[in-house]
Amino acid sequence: MKLNVKIYRYKPGTEPHYDTFPVEVPETANVLDALERAWADHDMSIMFRHACHHASCGSCGLLVNDQEKLPCVTPVTDYGEGATLKIDPMRNMPVITDLAVDASVVYQRMELIGMPIIRNAETIRPDKRTILPEGLETFGRFENCLECGLCLSACPVMATDPQFLGPMTLAAAERLLAEPRGADVDRVYRLVDDEHGVWRCHSSFECTEACPYEVDPGAAIMRLKRKIGMRKLKRFFGGS
Amino acid sequence: MSKKFHVIVIGAGSTGTATAHDLALRGLDVTVIERGEIASGTTGRNHCLLHSGGRYAVKDHEGAIECIEENMILRKIMHDVLELNDGLFVAVDESDLAFKETFLAGCEECHIPAREVPVKRALEIEPYLNPKILAAVQVPDGVFEPYRFCLSFLATAVKNGAQALPYHEVVAMKMSGNAVAGVRVRDYRTGQEREIDADLVVNAAGPWAEHIAAMASVDVPVQPTPGVMVTIAKRLNQMVINRLNKPADGDIVVPQRQTSIIGTTSWKVENADAIPIPQDHIDKMLHMGELMIPAVRQNPIRGVMAVARPLISKPGTDERDASRTFECFDHKYDGVENFVTISGGKTTTARAMAEKVSNIVCRKLGVEAECRTRDVVLESYRNYYDN
Repeated sequence: MKLNVKIYRYKPGTEPHYDTFPVEVPETANVLDALERAWADHDMSIMFRHACHHASCGSCGLLVNDQEKLPCVTPVTDYGEGATLKIDPMRNMPVITDLAVDASVVYQRMELIGMPIIRNAETIRPDKRTILPEGLETFGRFENCLECGLCLSACPVMATDPQFLGPMTLAAAERLLAEPRGADVDRVYRLVDDEHGVWRCHSSFECTEACPYEVDPGAAIMRLKRKIGMRKLKRFFGGS
Repeated sequence: MSKKFHVIVIGAGSTGTATAHDLALRGLDVTVIERGEIASGTTGRNHCLLHSGGRYAVKDHEGAIECIEENMILRKIMHDVLELNDGLFVAVDESDLAFKETFLAGCEECHIPAREVPVKRALEIEPYLNPKILAAVQVPDGVFEPYRFCLSFLATAVKNGAQALPYHEVVAMKMSGNAVAGVRVRDYRTGQEREIDADLVVNAAGPWAEHIAAMASVDVPVQPTPGVMVTIAKRLNQMVINRLNKPADGDIVVPQRQTSIIGTTSWKVENADAIPIPQDHIDKMLHMGELMIPAVRQNPIRGVMAVARPLISKPGTDERDASRTFECFDHKYDGVENFVTISGGKTTTARAMAEKVSNIVCRKLGVEAECRTRDVVLESYRNYYDN
């Protein structure tokens, strides 16, 4: 399949511009393969973040034709023969160079909220029971959230309020309340029940649209708002 | 006051980041130089298997023992970034079944805890296993995520004073007579080049190690050997599922998050940058995967990846037989001082590789400092971004 890859180029102190390169990739390729082809065949000074190529590390988040995508699992067939793929860095994060952004906000926010990246794995048995091998108390797995930051890029509030915790962080908080793993639950509530926490979200659901792993931060934030409300109500009536 | 030596480590994959961590703990000044994002080379696209060593227990005792020792260490030092659900070696046919006793004996010799699981029980634990399996053996396999693996080591190294320079490519060695005195780098953030002095340079550039070594007029026998992995968009197993037989293509299915990853294959390439993925390798992974987990065919493919392993090439060997153990080359034996290459290996043994090369580095520099990486619990990977 033949495509054109139109890549945002930027060095600090200079005017950004786009470089367009023709590439040829198999039908089964993903956008990241096309980008890598452009890099290897035409210009190895193109800087872009990537590591696992299978939607686990979360490092390759980009805008493809102005939409937040994880290019390692976005098929080129989504765009078609002869298409031009405009590739831009994620929004709401400082650009280091070309497509590589400084993703510190992602990791700093996750560390602030303190969600462990490993959770209990749900059973895969159809009857919903869990049967464990000897020696294991539970099955564990990586959380759905890849810490890719695509939701932070897509979120219109992130663009206007740099202190907004952001969809990723709030969804992580909701996961912590659902499965605390030793977390200080009161602290989590204090962090999110804040003008830069859940109350800044106005449910545009751009985050849910952008998320490559069904975290559905939009819905998680709504659940979080409800939990905060219910907790306040209980306490008001003398419960805890 | 004794001088603090400055060591440059080229490559921020599993080898480079673990080496930076080891050297920083020993009090050296370390700069890690990486041409792209951390783990954007071989380590990023690996199969994510924290080997129990079972795979090597019959034909490669040295490799198997390395694996089980490092497996246990990693469980201790990076516990919170691992899926620890053990693994099963399953017999699909009579040939596999006949291999079982040899396998169990090999595991025992290598001190790999292995216990047979009744087939009926294995099928209860893993509902998507081929119902016709003839035997199952449980081993302590695990699953990691390679970017976070590297970031964990690097975050700790940086906390202990190391500096990381991603988006910087080494374009030349700075030589002082027959000795390496530093490197010349291109900073891709600015397009500028500059020199960075060092007392010693460690070449941890994986399949690009030969390219780096050539800058010091030295040859290292590294053969880039990619393999294809196919990620299925459903978690079809909780435990790593391995084929109970000698190592072959497509004989491992690694669960990760909500997916199952089938791998892998093996072929030689000249150029390790942007490897085209052969369709027949993808087909083979699905074919081999479905022998153990039939449902792989009934679920969409989430992604396909391939990247070059840095195998130490010995003339005349088949790529499957090339040792997966690692080797350290002190280039003083090639007439070049202050330059060392660490190559081969696998992510599971990165810490051991780092220990070996760090011992050599310290000996060369006259630094007396013991390795402490077996015991030091690593920082959270997120702290790499704590700036």
